[in-house]
Amino acid sequence: MSVKLTEEMLRALPDTRGHFGAYGGRFVSETLMDSLMQLETEYLKLRDDAEFQATFDKDLADYVGRPSPLYFAERLTRETGGAQIWLKREDLNHTGAHKVNNTIGQALLASFLGKKRVIAETGAGQHGVATATVCARLGLECHVFMGSEDVKRQSLNVYRMKLLGAEVHAVESGTKTLKDAMNEAMRDWVTNVDDTFYIIGTVAGPHPYPMLVRDFQAVIGRETRRQALAQAGRLPDALVACVGGGSNAIGLFYPFLTDESVAMYGVEAGGLGLSTGQHAAPLSAGRPGVLHGNRTYLMEDENGQIAGTHSVSAGLDYPGVGPEHSWLKDIGRAQYVSVTDDEALAGFRQLTRVEGIMPALESAHAVAYATKLAASMDKGQMVVINVSGRGDKDIHTIAQLDGIEV
Amino acid sequence: MSRIQTVLQTLKGQGRKALIPYITAGDPHPDRTVELMHTLVEAGADIIELGVPFSDPMADGPVIQLACERALKHGTSLRQVLEMVKTFRSRDDKTPIVLMGYLNPVEAMGYEVFSDAAKAAGVDGVLTVDLPPEEAEDVAPLFAERGLDPIFLLAPTTTEDRIRAISAHSSGYIYYVSLKGVTGSAQLNVDDVAEKVSRIHALTSVPVGVGFGIRNAETAAAVGRVSDGVIVGSILVDTIAKNQDDIEALKSSLVSLLKPMREALDELAS
Ligand SMILES: Cc1ncc(COP(=O)(O)O)c(C=O)c1O
Repeated sequence: MSVKLTEEMLRALPDTRGHFGAYGGRFVSETLMDSLMQLETEYLKLRDDAEFQATFDKDLADYVGRPSPLYFAERLTRETGGAQIWLKREDLNHTGAHKVNNTIGQALLASFLGKKRVIAETGAGQHGVATATVCARLGLECHVFMGSEDVKRQSLNVYRMKLLGAEVHAVESGTKTLKDAMNEAMRDWVTNVDDTFYIIGTVAGPHPYPMLVRDFQAVIGRETRRQALAQAGRLPDALVACVGGGSNAIGLFYPFLTDESVAMYGVEAGGLGLSTGQHAAPLSAGRPGVLHGNRTYLMEDENGQIAGTHSVSAGLDYPGVGPEHSWLKDIGRAQYVSVTDDEALAGFRQLTRVEGIMPALESAHAVAYATKLAASMDKGQMVVINVSGRGDKDIHTIAQLDGIEV
Repeated sequence: MSRIQTVLQTLKGQGRKALIPYITAGDPHPDRTVELMHTLVEAGADIIELGVPFSDPMADGPVIQLACERALKHGTSLRQVLEMVKTFRSRDDKTPIVLMGYLNPVEAMGYEVFSDAAKAAGVDGVLTVDLPPEEAEDVAPLFAERGLDPIFLLAPTTTEDRIRAISAHSSGYIYYVSLKGVTGSAQLNVDDVAEKVSRIHALTSVPVGVGFGIRNAETAAAVGRVSDGVIVGSILVDTIAKNQDDIEALKSSLVSLLKPMREALDELAS
């Protein structure tokens, strides 16, 4: 059963070595240790620095367009026939997803640290675009690593990054997807560690990344809490977010962790179904291991080799997950579930049809689960879905599935 | 004294430097690894670093990435690598073996099971690239109880405080990574290495092996002059790739790369 979390317990996490219980930590080769420790020291200073926080807040307001609305989805609620469904509209952010909250924060950190060269990994290309965007704005050199399979699947985002002045490096190793892009970004970082800032796109990686990305994304949950109280006069009964690496989910969950009455559901990519092995659901069907600098739930074979993943949504196609989610799972504070490709696609179509909102295929996983959940709840209850991004980038994929050339 | 410590102390007494070649187990094929290990010894190896293939070798350049892919294509697992060491030991009980790899295969096997199996197979040291001493608290006592030497990395970016702390957790030798970069990089600067290694020597009595970027007898000698041993990897793995279909050509290419290094290192002693 779930543990009652207090503010004090949360303040102690991660511990000084970056652990969330048994998870997290700093599992990297020695060359990077000094940079990671410097980053941690500087970040902890800046976290309490009024000027840094004021700049961050101002950028989120004037450049990203925050606060993003909390919207009551009335027709979706009626069609579902259960709890009220509300949408947190991260899809309305500049560049079209929650990813930009984090890249604004990390680019600001890079500037404060005097680093002029930025690298990033990307899967769907959303984090790559969000990184290229803030680099264009701040005049930073930007290199994005992307698996060659994803370069093919997400050609529109590749072109957007190039327009923004970033250099996109297609990664040919391993499975040629997000995990390999992250390997390659780490290799670049180890080579150019003196002048380079690595903007990681999710709450994974070595300490302090899971902590600082969470802090930058927690604006989602803080706004949602305030908006729910103002607009609905109450806290939600349940929060639902998709989980790739877990940044949009932790961003929504974190400010509610001590609110015992608020249930939390992280929705992983069930792909073709958990029983087929063709999915990207480490929390639902994996086990703890070490990858990309932290200990967390992973998809791996019996010999500890990382397994290939499958999801219709490139942004969820990752064999690991942020360590804080692994901890929340083990203590029972959040539930982790999955929906299949087909269910997510149905979620995409439903939200598009009844609300006129096209969610990203990642976010469509949250929509699909939330409607099932809401249907099982009372009419007086309230569910918030994090619509982490908009679906423009996925129109090609959807059209292809419909057999249409666009 | 462990096998590694014995070998390094003997060499030191002779004024000689250790030659430590690296190959990836299972590359080009699991059936070939043991005979290649014997070839390395015949060509002058003092210690062998045997790579455990991993699906996501983050600290390795393209040459060793491809070696991992070749080994994994044949299903080379950590258990099999331990079997290879056991087979090697039936003919050679002198040459120390250091397993070099990433943490996840060890985690998957379980720390205690792995430690027992490594000891039983005849492994002498374990170098886990993504395991700094801070995260090794659980596994370190298991290694210590069994006399397995934990080999840690030092890098150009390692501060003096960390050099002290890491040395305190190390036995056998310390692996100094000669450059900022991945395995197979070529821009090693001998003067920088000399300066850093002499600082490390001033802070610890644990022997220092230097790796990354050593591709020929000349750099081997230059680095050997200032350290206790040289570690040679990508250039060997590259020749394995090029000769993977002809085992005799492969073996003689390994010998012709290592022999001149051995000779250049031994000239330092005279
Ligand atoms: C719109 C959107 N949502 C979610 C994700 C998954 O990332 P995370 O789990 O870190 O939020 C992505 C990643 O590309 C994304 O683009």
